[in-house]
Amino acid sequence: MTLEVQDLVTYYGKTQILHNVSLAADAGQVTCLLGRNGFGKSTTLKSIMGLVSTQAGGIRLKGRDVRGLPPYLIARAGIGYVPQDRRIFPTLTVRENLMMGMKPGSRPSEGRWSIEDVLAYFPPLERRLTSKGRVLSGGEQQMLSVARALMGSPEVLLLDEPTEGLAPRIVEALEGVIREITGHGVAVLFVESKLSVALRLARRVYVIWKGQIVYEGSPGDLERDRNIRQQYLEV
Amino acid sequence: MDMFGVGVTLLFGILNGFGYAMLLFLLSSGLTVVFGMLGVLNIAHASFYMLGAYFAYSVVQSTGSFWWGLLAAPVAVGVLGVLTERTLLRRAHRLGHGHELLLTFGLAYIILELVKWIWGTGSHPVSAPAVLDGSIRLVGGAYPAYRLFVCVFGLGVLVGLALLLFKTRLGMIVRAAVSDIDMVNALGFNVRGLFVGVFGIGAFLAGLAGVIAAPLLSVYPGMGPDMLVDTFIVVVVGGLGSLKGALIASFLLGGLQSFGVVIVPRLAMIFSFLLMTVVLIWRPMGLFGERA
Repeated sequence: MTLEVQDLVTYYGKTQILHNVSLAADAGQVTCLLGRNGFGKSTTLKSIMGLVSTQAGGIRLKGRDVRGLPPYLIARAGIGYVPQDRRIFPTLTVRENLMMGMKPGSRPSEGRWSIEDVLAYFPPLERRLTSKGRVLSGGEQQMLSVARALMGSPEVLLLDEPTEGLAPRIVEALEGVIREITGHGVAVLFVESKLSVALRLARRVYVIWKGQIVYEGSPGDLERDRNIRQQYLEV
Repeated sequence: MDMFGVGVTLLFGILNGFGYAMLLFLLSSGLTVVFGMLGVLNIAHASFYMLGAYFAYSVVQSTGSFWWGLLAAPVAVGVLGVLTERTLLRRAHRLGHGHELLLTFGLAYIILELVKWIWGTGSHPVSAPAVLDGSIRLVGGAYPAYRLFVCVFGLGVLVGLALLLFKTRLGMIVRAAVSDIDMVNALGFNVRGLFVGVFGIGAFLAGLAGVIAAPLLSVYPGMGPDMLVDTFIVVVVGGLGSLKGALIASFLLGGLQSFGVVIVPRLAMIFSFLLMTVVLIWRPMGLFGERA
């Protein structure tokens, strides 16, 4: 397993948000964490990334425990992160945003993806290279956020609801790129509230409910399991 | 006054405003970048400016050369800034913004009292270097050479700073960190390490402003607080965290102060506040601010 999360416990103040969350994401596969909003999906990704402090459990990246490290060391260990709100640098140009994805000290040619490669994934960004991040549309920001993460040559890519609020055409393009990325051996872990997206992409799905993993299986099994779907996913 | 005299007065007014704008920018650039990364306005920032002036005064006293003061004092203040971050701010960071703000507030008071204790409460003159002590003939008028030096030197620092921030990879990382430090962290950059450097450079620039200001305004314990207000106004008018905003607001305030004193001397004090009020009514986030 490329990424293994075991019994992760996260508190916000005195409130426990994650209750012993365990999941795994393997190289070359898409793994999906499904759940309704507010039940711990984003917190799981932030906990893996070290952006919120965790109280117990293990986060292993290719066997090495990275829990408790600051985010920059977790990123350098090989985890790329695409946050829910995209977090494009508004005052930097698109090209600069992409260059921010490159790890400190690395050269543009050293990564698995060059600027040209990621632009080939997202052609609309090519025309925007000199535009400031703040003027991009929602879809362009999402593409840029994924592209920026790819510039760091991650082993694991964490995506927080990447298709949320995007036009169907862009969702389709994004899904194509996610498949393409996994073809290069990257482990993709994405969180999602819509079952349909998970069914199209994921090899393995987890369902989180009130901070606990309540289901683990293949997307097909989940689709057939009406009880789980009605209880934990459908509103 | 004939037309020519008006022209000369106007030119000198512009130069005076430009010089003051350079001082304001040296101070506000560090303050606004540190705010962008930390999320807290450093009340002690003007104390670094004051320390720069006092250090320069002492160096000039013992060496007899202004240039040694210009060289040594900002470096000493920069080192002090790094130590402040390493020993104090870093600890307060874990406790949240309220504690950080209080810490810089307390620090400003401690520095002020230390300055009074070491150098006394009176004001000390610092003379400009001999070569810049006289006046220069400019279009028929006589303009103090030192003031011209302030304009040119300030412009040089401004250009250097702009090149560093907009033409280097390090500058790009700093600009990114000003708008979203957590994301920069999540992309693999050691932002605490970066912040120490930025804080040190900010203190260095404030110290530099202090040295430059010393021959113009002389050195006294109230010089920090005096400058703090205008610097805050520049940072707020320009938009918190915006360097471009700080630059433009520095020029606005510099010009306003310079011509305000000539046109309506009695109201000079309130021009800065008037500018801030008008800008904030028009744009609550400041001219180039990303956040309120």
